[in-house]
Amino acid sequence: MSWFQSDSQADRIVPPSGFTANLTTFAAAAMAFLAVFALALSFATGRLADRWSAELARSSTVRISAPEGQIAAQTQAALNVLNTTPGVASATVLGPEEQRALLAPWFGPDLPIDTLPLPQLIDVIEDGDGFDVDGLRLRLSAEAPGAVLDDHTRWRRPLIKAASRLRMLGFFSILLIGLTTAAMITLAANAALAANAQVIRVLRLVGAQDLYIARAFIRRFAQRAGVGALAGVVLAMIGVALLPEASTAGGFLTGLGFQGFEWIWPLFIPILAAGVAYWATRYAALRTLRGLT
Amino acid sequence: MIELQNVAYSYGGGELLSDMTLTLAAGSFYFLTGPSGAGKSTFLKLCYMELIASAGSVSVFGQDVRDLDRDGVALNRRRIGVVHQDCQFLEHLPIAENISLPLSAAGRAGDAQNLDELMAWVGLRDKAHRLPAELSGGERQRAALARALIMSPDVVLADEPTGNVDWEMSQRLLTLLIELNRMGKTIVIATHDLNLIRMAKNQVNARVLRIADRRLQLAGAGL
Repeated sequence: MSWFQSDSQADRIVPPSGFTANLTTFAAAAMAFLAVFALALSFATGRLADRWSAELARSSTVRISAPEGQIAAQTQAALNVLNTTPGVASATVLGPEEQRALLAPWFGPDLPIDTLPLPQLIDVIEDGDGFDVDGLRLRLSAEAPGAVLDDHTRWRRPLIKAASRLRMLGFFSILLIGLTTAAMITLAANAALAANAQVIRVLRLVGAQDLYIARAFIRRFAQRAGVGALAGVVLAMIGVALLPEASTAGGFLTGLGFQGFEWIWPLFIPILAAGVAYWATRYAALRTLRGLT
Repeated sequence: MIELQNVAYSYGGGELLSDMTLTLAAGSFYFLTGPSGAGKSTFLKLCYMELIASAGSVSVFGQDVRDLDRDGVALNRRRIGVVHQDCQFLEHLPIAENISLPLSAAGRAGDAQNLDELMAWVGLRDKAHRLPAELSGGERQRAALARALIMSPDVVLADEPTGNVDWEMSQRLLTLLIELNRMGKTIVIATHDLNLIRMAKNQVNARVLRIADRRLQLAGAGL
């Protein structure tokens, strides 16, 4: 705890360094700003992965491709199979309007759907326990040969995997930002120690121990990093708050940001930055001081 | 207090000091003389552990300097007050803060009650808030002496303390050091000012050491 105890004279034994100090503060602010966005990215992709995982896992589609005269009969046969399958909560035949809405993003809203040889789609929602996919496929092939069950696994897995990796990438970015901050503070501390060689010499001559000398530098750099990071976090949080609202039409990009308690997480960044600065400066200072005669 | 046994110090390949044996007893007063470059400052640096002897042993307050780690050296330096010829201040701090720096470094910043009295004793009470660069040479030397004494050290080592001041100021500084010796402090003054030594010998029982040909010799008869 003595590291944090303030001794007003001890805090001033290192002369103010003006421009260099401002650079350290600015760099900490910039790093904190980037860290907030990396955090927002991680949370957003995490939410996306969870949503896709939850929503898609509970829904499947039965597609019926048959000669025009058999579509109605096979649809009915498939519905009968689905309604008697344990684990199926509901099976709903998509009407022309719903099919048109599905295709609208690719073909526009005025698609003459009646003239196209489109398959009939049945939206299947699972209940809590889910259903036996292989068993259902067998029964469908027997009762409605034109019916194909698509449980979305084929394209769901890569999407969830991609979202999860994006989340990991976000966290890895935060780690890199932390390490870069540590490297930057170490370099700045080394420069400060070299520039204050005479101060260190005088302090040693009057009986100062290495920890006392190191503390003067540590406190200064931890303060600069903390203050800089706080400014960066505040600016970044304002930036995130000004991003467009999340909406289904906007997709992923509009979901970038924080929700609920997630807003608390960026507030830890200045504390983390001060902690990183503390350890980086301590390492640099003690290593340099031990190297002196 | 400080004991040197067959001490040698080599610098840049050549031997600067050789076979030096001396015990600085408590309450003693020494002058250290010798031509420029003879090794007076090096001798003092060996005494306050800024340099390590290349041969022989230096013992400070009963501890061999070679056995001390960096913290041990720092702790022992708190018992030795050093006055440098160039004073060695932190130029960005007011002179009062420079004088109380050893207290702060020792974690005793709250013990500065005597600071005002000490500054008055060296005649700098009204200059407490001045920066070192704003003081004259004599004032800086007196401030350096005050800083050396703030921890009430057992030993005071002064390297050419009168080197940059006029004769009147030299006399004042010497009087301060003699007064300290009467309080029981061990004093070592490195100087080439023979007039100063002659003046002191009338007031204090001082021994004069001379460094010549790399060795320490007892001088004084001719002074």
